[in-house]
Amino acid sequence: MNKEVKIPKMDFKSVGTRPIRPDGVDKVTGRARYGADLDLPGQLVGRVLRSPHAHASIKKIDTSKAEALPGVKAIVTSKDLPDAPAKAAGLEATLENCMARKKVFYDGHAVAAVAAIDAKTAKQALKLIDVEYKILKHVTDVDEAADPKAPVLHKDCLTRGVKPKPVKASNIARVSEFGHGNVKKGFKAADIVLERNFRTEQAHQGYIEPHACVASMSPDGSGELWVCTQGHFVFRQQCAQLLGLDESKLRVTSSEIGGGFGGKTHLWLEPVALALSRKANLPVKLVMTREEVFRASGPTSAASIDIKMGVTRDGTITAGEATLRYSSGPWVGSWAMLGAMTSFACYDLENVKTVGKEILVNRPKTTAYRAPSAPMAAFAVESMIDELAAQIGMDPVDLRLKNVAREGTRASYGPVYGPIGIEPSLEAAKIHPHMSAPLKENQGRGMACGFWFNFGGQACTDLNINADGSVSLTVGTIDVGGARASLSLVVAEELGIEYEKVKTVIGDSATLGYNEMTDGSRGTFASSMSAIMSARKAIDVMKQRAADTWDVPVSEVEWVDGHAVAKGRKKSNRPPLSIADIASVAEKNGGPIAGHTEMVADGAGVSFATHICDVEVDPETGQTRVVRYTVIQDAGKAVHPTYVEGQFQGGAAQGIGWALNEEYVYGDDGRLQNAGFLDYRIPVCSDLPMIDTQILEIPNPNHPYGIRGVGETSIVPPLAAIGNAVSNAFGVRMTHVPMSPPRILDALEKAELETA
Amino acid sequence: MSMLISSTINGDTVDFICEPDETLMDALRNRVGLKGVKEGCGTGDCGACSVHLDGKLVCSCLVLGAEAEGRTVETVEGMSDGAKLHPLQTKFIEHAALQCGICTPGFLMAAQTLLENNPDPTETEIRYALAGNLCRCTGYDKIVRAVQDAAAVMRKKSK
Repeated sequence: MNKEVKIPKMDFKSVGTRPIRPDGVDKVTGRARYGADLDLPGQLVGRVLRSPHAHASIKKIDTSKAEALPGVKAIVTSKDLPDAPAKAAGLEATLENCMARKKVFYDGHAVAAVAAIDAKTAKQALKLIDVEYKILKHVTDVDEAADPKAPVLHKDCLTRGVKPKPVKASNIARVSEFGHGNVKKGFKAADIVLERNFRTEQAHQGYIEPHACVASMSPDGSGELWVCTQGHFVFRQQCAQLLGLDESKLRVTSSEIGGGFGGKTHLWLEPVALALSRKANLPVKLVMTREEVFRASGPTSAASIDIKMGVTRDGTITAGEATLRYSSGPWVGSWAMLGAMTSFACYDLENVKTVGKEILVNRPKTTAYRAPSAPMAAFAVESMIDELAAQIGMDPVDLRLKNVAREGTRASYGPVYGPIGIEPSLEAAKIHPHMSAPLKENQGRGMACGFWFNFGGQACTDLNINADGSVSLTVGTIDVGGARASLSLVVAEELGIEYEKVKTVIGDSATLGYNEMTDGSRGTFASSMSAIMSARKAIDVMKQRAADTWDVPVSEVEWVDGHAVAKGRKKSNRPPLSIADIASVAEKNGGPIAGHTEMVADGAGVSFATHICDVEVDPETGQTRVVRYTVIQDAGKAVHPTYVEGQFQGGAAQGIGWALNEEYVYGDDGRLQNAGFLDYRIPVCSDLPMIDTQILEIPNPNHPYGIRGVGETSIVPPLAAIGNAVSNAFGVRMTHVPMSPPRILDALEKAELETA
Repeated sequence: MSMLISSTINGDTVDFICEPDETLMDALRNRVGLKGVKEGCGTGDCGACSVHLDGKLVCSCLVLGAEAEGRTVETVEGMSDGAKLHPLQTKFIEHAALQCGICTPGFLMAAQTLLENNPDPTETEIRYALAGNLCRCTGYDKIVRAVQDAAAVMRKKSK
C-alpha cells in the first residue's frame, strides 16, 4: 500500500511477532505491585498540607499544635529541606515546588507535610497546622500573564534570551528563536497570507494511578525509595542531591507504573517522603489523592499562538512565522521552546521563523505530557494549512505533499533529516479507504500531520546467560506499556532463541549504571540498542567457549540460530553447541557468561504521523463525537506490533479528549474548579470509536534493527485533525481547544451571523 | 471506635476490623491485603476499585467497609479458577487490552458483570457497560475487542 524500505540483510524471526507480555498474568490477577501497593513494617502514613491560595507570601507556619497530637511522628516544612543542596544541583525550582519557601505560587502548592500512625491522625494533624498567608495578586491566564501590567510572580525574573537584557521583571521568563531564510521576503512572494491566533487550554496527563511512594531512611544515613516513576535513576540522583546524600546511599526501586505520559518524569512528593522518614526514623508511605494530582502535579502548558503563513496559488508555502506563548507554571521551563522547534517540522520551508516565550503563571508547574508542546503548535500550523489549501482550491493532502519534508530537508529547528516517514504517511493517508468513505449529515472529515523528535540518551543493561540456557535481561528503563515484551523479543532475535527463553526485568537503581527515563519515546529504542549490544557480547563469549572446547580458533566458529557452529575444515563435523550446552559447563571453562553494555544511544530517528478523523457535530447542542479515526505512523521497525498499535491508539484517544473536552478551569480566585475526573472529563469507552492503525516501517539507520520510538507522536495531530473535521463539516474555523460544546455553538452562531 | 466485620471474600470467610467511616476499598486494601483493588480517584469516577458486592458491581470507594458485614465480596484476586485464568483475563492479555494495567482489575470486574447479564453484547453495549471505568493508555479499542473475544469463548463453553 505504501513505499516500504527494507532493512538490509535483516530477516526477522522474533521481532515483529506478537507474544504475550511477561507481566500480563500479574496485571490481570491483582498481583502486580504499583506505587501504593507496598507496605513496610512500622510504616507511617504521610499527608501534605497545600495552599488554598493562588499567590501568597507565607508569614508564619505554626506546627506546634499538630506536633502535640498523639500519633504524629514527624512534620516537615521548608526548614527540613534546605536550599543549599538544591542550589548546588540547580534544582531550586524542583525543591520549591515540592515544598514552598517564602511564597506559595498556586492553589495546591505544598507548605507542610505530616507523618502519623494512620491516615486519620495525619489528616487531623494537617488541620492543626496554622499557616499565616499574605494574599498577593495572581494571574492564571497565559496571555494575561504576558501583559506588562500583570502581577509578577518573581521579582528577579528578567527575560532570558533577549537583547538587550531587560531591566524590568516580568512573567516572560525566556525567549527562544528558531528558523532560517527571510520570512518578510517569503510573505511578499505569497499570493495569499493568513494570520490567526490559536489557543489551547491546559490538559493533564490523567494517568489513573496517583503519585505514590514509600520512603525509608535509616539512621545510618542510607535510604530506600519505592516509587511509581518514569525514571528511577533520575529520581535517585535528584532526591540524593536534595537531601544531601551520596547517590550510592539511596536505592530507588521503580514499582509497576499506572501510567505516566510524562507526568511521572518529575519529583513531586518523593523528597518530602524521604524527609518525613528521616525525621520520624520510620518508613513513610505518601500517596496523592486524585484532587492533589490535578492541583499539584504537572499538567501540560496552556498555549496562545500567533501564526502567519503565506502560499502561492500553485501551492508553495513561501513562509511560516509563529510566536508561541506557553504557560510553564511558576518556574521557567522549555515548553515554548519545544513548541517553537516542532511547529513547522513536517515541512520543507525556505523561510521560517518561530519564537517561543515561556510564561510564568499561578498554576501548577508544567511537566511533560506526551510529545510535550508539539500538539498545540501542530493545532495552529495544521489548521492554517487546511485553510490555505481551501483558499487556493487545493486538496489539503496535496498541499502538504507539495511542501513536505524529505530526507535531506533542513528542519525548521536546525538539523538536516535522514530517512523520514512524513511523505509515506501522507501518501498512505491519501489512498486509505477512510479518505473516500461516505459521510453522513452533520459529519466532517479532517486530517493533520504530527512530528516528534524522539530521544536516545544513556542506557545500561545486563544480560546473563543462565546454566540451563535461559536468558535474564536487566534493563534500567521502566516499562510503561509492554517494553519488557519488546526487549525480550529483541534479545531472542539476536541470540536466535525462543522468546519464552528470555525474561526481562527492570533493575533497581543499585543494580545497573545510570539510565535515563522512559520518556521521549526512548525506552524501547535505547534499551533495545543496549540489549542487542549485550547479547552480541555474550555471543562473543559463547563462541570463544565453543572454540576452546573444539580447540579451534574463534574465527572458525559462527553463531547460527542460537548455536555455536564449527565452520573450519577440521571440526565442521562436530554437532553445534546450544546456549545450554555451553552454559551448563561454564564453571569448568571460564565462569558465568554475561554481556554488559553502557552507552549513549544516539540517533533516535525522528517520528512522523498522519491522522484522519471523522466527527459528527450536533448543531443543537454543539456536542461533537469522533465517529471514525485512523492513525498512520512510522515505527521504523515495529518490534511488537500490538503494543505499537496500542501507543498509536492511546495517544490518539488522549488527543481526542484534549481536543473536545479536557481543560483546567480556574475561578477568579485563582483556584482550580475541576480537580476531579467528574469535572475534568477524560474520554470514556462510550465516547470513542475503534481507532484504526497503519504501521509504516521506514527503518531508522541509526539502530541495528531500524527501530524508532513510537510513544508520543500519536497525540500531536488529533487537535488539528478534529478542528479541520469540524471546519469541513460546517465551514467554521475552530481556533480554541478544547472544542467544547459552548465553543462549537459559539462558532456556529458566529458563522450564521456572518452569512446572514 | 473500630468495628469487627465478618464477610465472605473471594469464597473465604474473612473477619476484619475497620473504622465506621472507612471505605470498603481501604478495608480491602489495607486490612485484608487485597491490593488488586486499585484507587484511582476515591470518588467513584474511575472504576479502578470496582468489586462485586453480593454479585453487584460497585465502586468499593463508595461503599463503607462496614457494609460488607454478612455479605459476599468478589475482587480480581478471586476471578481465576485456581491457576486457570478466567477467559476475560486470558483475552485481556492476548489482545494487549492493558498497557500500564492499573485500570485492569476494575475493567475485568465490570466486564464480568456485563457478560453474566448479557452473554452476547454488541460493541455499543460493551462501550456503555464499561463507561464507568477509565483507561488512559489504550483508547479502549483493544479492551472492547478483548471483551468481544472473551464473550465468544464463554458462549462456546456454555453450549
